[in-house]
Amino acid sequence: MHLKYESVIREALVDGKKDYHQVTEDICAPIENKPTKLWKIGFFLSASLLLFGVFSVGWEVYWGTGVWNLNRTIGWGWDITNFVWWVGIGHAGTLISAILLLFRQGWRTGVNRAAEAMTIFAVMCAGQFPIWHMGRVWDAFFVLPYGNTRGPLWPNFVSPLLWDVFAISTYFTVSLLFWYSGLIPDFATIRDRAKTKFRKAAYGLASFGWAGSAKHWQRHEMLSLVLAGLSTPLVLSVHTIVSFDFATSVIPGWHTTIFPPYFVAGAVFSGFAMVQTLLVITRKVLKLEDYITIGHIEAMNKVIVLTGSIVGVAYLTELFIAYYSGVLWEQEAFRLRVMGPYWWAYWAMMTCNVVSPQLFWFKKLRRNIWFTFFMSIIVNIGMWFERFVIIMSLHRDYLPSSWSYYTPSWTEVGFYLGSFGLFFTCYFLFAKYFRLLPLRKSSLS
Amino acid sequence: MSVKKFAVAVYDDEAVLFPAVKKVRSAGYKIHDVYTPFAVHGLDVALGEKESDLHVAGFIYGITGTATALGFMGWIFTTDWPQNFGGKPTFPLPAFIPIVFELTVLFAAVGMVLTFCYLNQIMPGVKKHIFHPRQTDDKFVMAIEVTDENAASTEAFLKSTGAEETKVEMAEADWWYGRFDQKEEYEIKQQLA
Repeated sequence: MHLKYESVIREALVDGKKDYHQVTEDICAPIENKPTKLWKIGFFLSASLLLFGVFSVGWEVYWGTGVWNLNRTIGWGWDITNFVWWVGIGHAGTLISAILLLFRQGWRTGVNRAAEAMTIFAVMCAGQFPIWHMGRVWDAFFVLPYGNTRGPLWPNFVSPLLWDVFAISTYFTVSLLFWYSGLIPDFATIRDRAKTKFRKAAYGLASFGWAGSAKHWQRHEMLSLVLAGLSTPLVLSVHTIVSFDFATSVIPGWHTTIFPPYFVAGAVFSGFAMVQTLLVITRKVLKLEDYITIGHIEAMNKVIVLTGSIVGVAYLTELFIAYYSGVLWEQEAFRLRVMGPYWWAYWAMMTCNVVSPQLFWFKKLRRNIWFTFFMSIIVNIGMWFERFVIIMSLHRDYLPSSWSYYTPSWTEVGFYLGSFGLFFTCYFLFAKYFRLLPLRKSSLS
Repeated sequence: MSVKKFAVAVYDDEAVLFPAVKKVRSAGYKIHDVYTPFAVHGLDVALGEKESDLHVAGFIYGITGTATALGFMGWIFTTDWPQNFGGKPTFPLPAFIPIVFELTVLFAAVGMVLTFCYLNQIMPGVKKHIFHPRQTDDKFVMAIEVTDENAASTEAFLKSTGAEETKVEMAEADWWYGRFDQKEEYEIKQQLA
């Protein structure tokens, strides 16, 4: 039985004439075959990076945060830059699976499972940065409101940094539940196809004993719908709250009301770019070109050009408001961003985020795999610089004697590289042992 | 454990499944369950299932989260540890909103997933009978509970509804703790018979 319900207007979501069984075969093939050489090399490299990250963090914990090059004015450096960057990347998965589910965008099913996995791994990476910045990391649980004998002394519930704790941990938990509840039926498929005893037992556990009963599917649909409804405001709240870390302070250049929408748009922008980077590789390595089609890639490029333009408008608005406000401090902060010691970061950001995504207005370029891959990396470099530029507003404060310049130490760089190691190690394991694409009617018709 | 006898029909296409469900129900048979590899829209209606009330549970959990966050922070700021920050209010509602929102979502999501698992009776270690190895792949399976007397006639009737494969087999109707790599006693007995 072939996929009969093809729209005449839209291009097919799955290329080639395939029946349901063929789809299962294709998607389960990477899981059931031996890992390829490419996979092994990639996994080995990622695991090595992860180990280097562990070493850098170990060094920092042993000697204290003094091994980072933070100084009296620049109290936040690469650490929070990387935190905000990873959280931003972690926005695409839930956005794709939640908001696009509510908008009934059929094409999302080709990419949502991989994007959700990416979200979870990115949030895991993001979480590392504030935790290890605590220095005495064994006291990290102090941020939780638990009954204690110190008063009881409670955390400050009206501090944006504590809001972050709640926002990131809630986001992680809800994304994980959303992702896993979607994976349960997929695990059941792998379980029933498994040849070895170990696979049957392991995927049997992971599938929670799912059999595919009609009533269960009905509840599953309801669960997905409500979780999508909950995740939609949640995903918008997370980067809003992250932006409050800056916006509620009284630092010139940070104390602006434009931050929440501008951060959310930036997060979606960088998240989609990261999805592109991963999927362009994944579809090639795992031979899933029929499922993650050029149509999918083009749809995501459209989101990139939209959010990239929003981010661009936000940059220009910031400049204009600084000028128009007439506030000397604000004007100086923005003059320094454009022409100060960190001018190179500002212009790198402008080039990567505002100018280059505009090339996606051309259909030919939107549908070009190599160009997409190149651009996805450019966008993420740009978004990293955006956070760096914002945080480096700290390099001039109100007292000229404490003005300074900041470059990261090797432990900070090592920590950042290590977070890539963590991300890609998880992603490689996911791509090998989990189903990358869900089999759903909507993904076929 | 309650091992029962089932007449099982395997369908190749949902376009065959829907009329089959209709025929089986109008002939007066009680369908034990239909197993599909993915959610088939409208199948719950065809089977006469009520709409799921899971979203109501989600709403109640959400409200619980809201009340917990507001109550807890309010109690701390006004009663347990009131502090004076430059004369600012001790119950700053706008500044509570982020945490109240996050806990609402957290309670709703966690509660709903747990309720989902409870209602479906699924968790790691739980095993259910799989009537056909491809019911999680591309086949649609219908099971009807039968007695020794009507087994053959039911199977013949199912065959007439367009099933590509039919069989009568003993199966555990409920869930139990077990491993998917092991055969159950009743399955081994059935194979020997």
